[in-house]
Amino acid sequence: MNAPTRPIFFDALRRNKSTAIAATVALGIVLAALPFLIGSHLGNSWLRILDFALLYIMLALGLNIVVGFAGLLDLGYIAFYAVGAYLYALLASPHFGLHLPVWLIIPAGAALSGIFGVLLGAPTLRLRGDYLAIVTLGFGEIVRIFLNNLNAPINITNGPQGISGIDPIRLGGVTLAKPIDFLGITVPSLHAYYYLFLALALLIVFITIRLENSRIGRAWVAIREDEIAAKACGIDTRNIKLLAFAMGASFGGVAGGLFAGFQAFVSPESFSLMESVMVLCMVVLGGMGNIPGVILGGVLLTLLPEIFRHGAGPVQQAIFGKVLLDPEALRMLLFGLALIVVMLYRPAGLWPSTTRRREFRGDAA
Amino acid sequence: MDIFVQQIINGLVLGSIYALVALGYTMVYGIMGLINFAHGEVVMIGAMVAITVIKLLADSGLPGVVIVLIGLFAAAVACMAVGFTIERVAYRPLRKAPKLAPLITAIGVSIVLQNVAMLVWGRNYHSFPPILPTSQHEILGATITSLQVAIVLIAALTMAGLMLLVHRTRLGRAMRATSENPAIAQLMGVDIDRIISLTFVIGSALAALAGLMVSANYSIAHYYMGFILGLKAFTAAVLGGIGNLAGAMLGGILLGLIESLGAGYIGDLTGGFLGSHYQDVFAFFVLICVLVFRPSGLVGEKVAERA
Repeated sequence: MNAPTRPIFFDALRRNKSTAIAATVALGIVLAALPFLIGSHLGNSWLRILDFALLYIMLALGLNIVVGFAGLLDLGYIAFYAVGAYLYALLASPHFGLHLPVWLIIPAGAALSGIFGVLLGAPTLRLRGDYLAIVTLGFGEIVRIFLNNLNAPINITNGPQGISGIDPIRLGGVTLAKPIDFLGITVPSLHAYYYLFLALALLIVFITIRLENSRIGRAWVAIREDEIAAKACGIDTRNIKLLAFAMGASFGGVAGGLFAGFQAFVSPESFSLMESVMVLCMVVLGGMGNIPGVILGGVLLTLLPEIFRHGAGPVQQAIFGKVLLDPEALRMLLFGLALIVVMLYRPAGLWPSTTRRREFRGDAA
Repeated sequence: MDIFVQQIINGLVLGSIYALVALGYTMVYGIMGLINFAHGEVVMIGAMVAITVIKLLADSGLPGVVIVLIGLFAAAVACMAVGFTIERVAYRPLRKAPKLAPLITAIGVSIVLQNVAMLVWGRNYHSFPPILPTSQHEILGATITSLQVAIVLIAALTMAGLMLLVHRTRLGRAMRATSENPAIAQLMGVDIDRIISLTFVIGSALAALAGLMVSANYSIAHYYMGFILGLKAFTAAVLGGIGNLAGAMLGGILLGLIESLGAGYIGDLTGGFLGSHYQDVFAFFVLICVLVFRPSGLVGEKVAERA
């Protein structure tokens, strides 16, 4: 029902410059004020969730390049997040006694993850669809198993215990782990992380939007739609596919580094297959290939389990007078049901791109 | 030498179980081109139901084998109902949807089943009551229990039965026709909705049998066991060539052998650098190699071009 109104709304923004500027300013004010609103009304636990939502948006946008644009189904994406996080943890923690600066580690994490992306992409160039999915899944598991076991005979990753006491992110001599005095306003640590993550997420959004309509972006879509035809049109499918893997992976590496600095602790448990699946769900549920849709998916799938977590116990208390069912199991149960229901009613995702929506209608008719 | 034989025996037992589960994946994939991600959870439900029924009957004085058969029957009925429902609710409405949509509902179903099991059976491990008569046999310096012999034999018989069903009966011919081309099969008078439902039901019955075998072999069941088992079995199905029944059996047995031999010898091969906890890496590494050099699996015929 609101399908036709949305494009009209965006068209109006495109045609009318002053409306567009007003909308951007309004959005900017909301994003800037959000942590203060949430912090004062809902408390710090929700602020942390907000920070995580931004990390997941970065991950989802990275995976969207691989799955949404290039059409390569990747079920081991979390491995790149792990590479970024562990690189930060090893280079800035008491574990090896190294304390390198952030501006060195994060780009290094992006680069190393990109290399891992090419390492995964190179042998799998011939594979498509489900076969690619299972190989990437295996790759993700291999990375996790190595992280879990590389504590003997030489202790590199500290095994299942993980690495703790990681340095917080420090920008220009200011650590984000403590409240910062900025022009007379005290910015608490969680707020500071929020602004850093927001800035990087916006940068990634900007890069992705620019990529989408570039020569490379169109080449990715061409490969997704028909690889043989793309090749016949003169696209170097091998390099373009490797580039998709590398770009997607490097976004994951950045998010991973930020995660390690934010959390001050990493362990292999954070990088299970379920996490890869979660990020994939964000991309597909939001609307594959459509940047606003993917962002929506990232926000929703970070918030939903948390809302269920906070709601499952008290709601039962209110209805039955006591907690009948294990809230932890109940929240995941509801989450699983939500995934099924959304997909049944919106198989192309909550907010698909206009092209995909049109294609899908034609397909179903 | 005896260690080698022992690992082969362990691998065969593990491999037969993988093969039974892999058949469920491969049948569904062959007919619908869909990875039924929730199949591992069906195996878990089978194991849990079987253990619950067997525990209830353990003190009834019936002979152990009869109790286990009753448990198997109950598990099979439960799994068939679950499999039928999954297909109806989560896959059938999405048959014409983009390919990733049913994958997401499958993940959703798998999360739901896991957590329903957690609500029903709790987080604890459930142990398999020791009601089966066990005897040990010596072969070439290695030991094999009567249970292990039974697992391998029953798995082999079941698979032979399935092959007969698919290649010799009217239902099997309809299944093969549907997997070849659903639209044409329908024109020839095949009720493809019924065939797809039956495929899920048969696959789930095999899953129930596999669930019972796993829990009897390791004497334990847990709400989380389906995940890794399903992953391994799917790996086995791809290893053999997904969509191909013989391939799933071969893949299952091979994966079982690779895993147990790999776990047994990886320490010696790498001079103690890598230990037996790299067992899973071994399986995935072999899988990646097979797919890189033979993307259609060991006995698959066509190269996958599906996106």
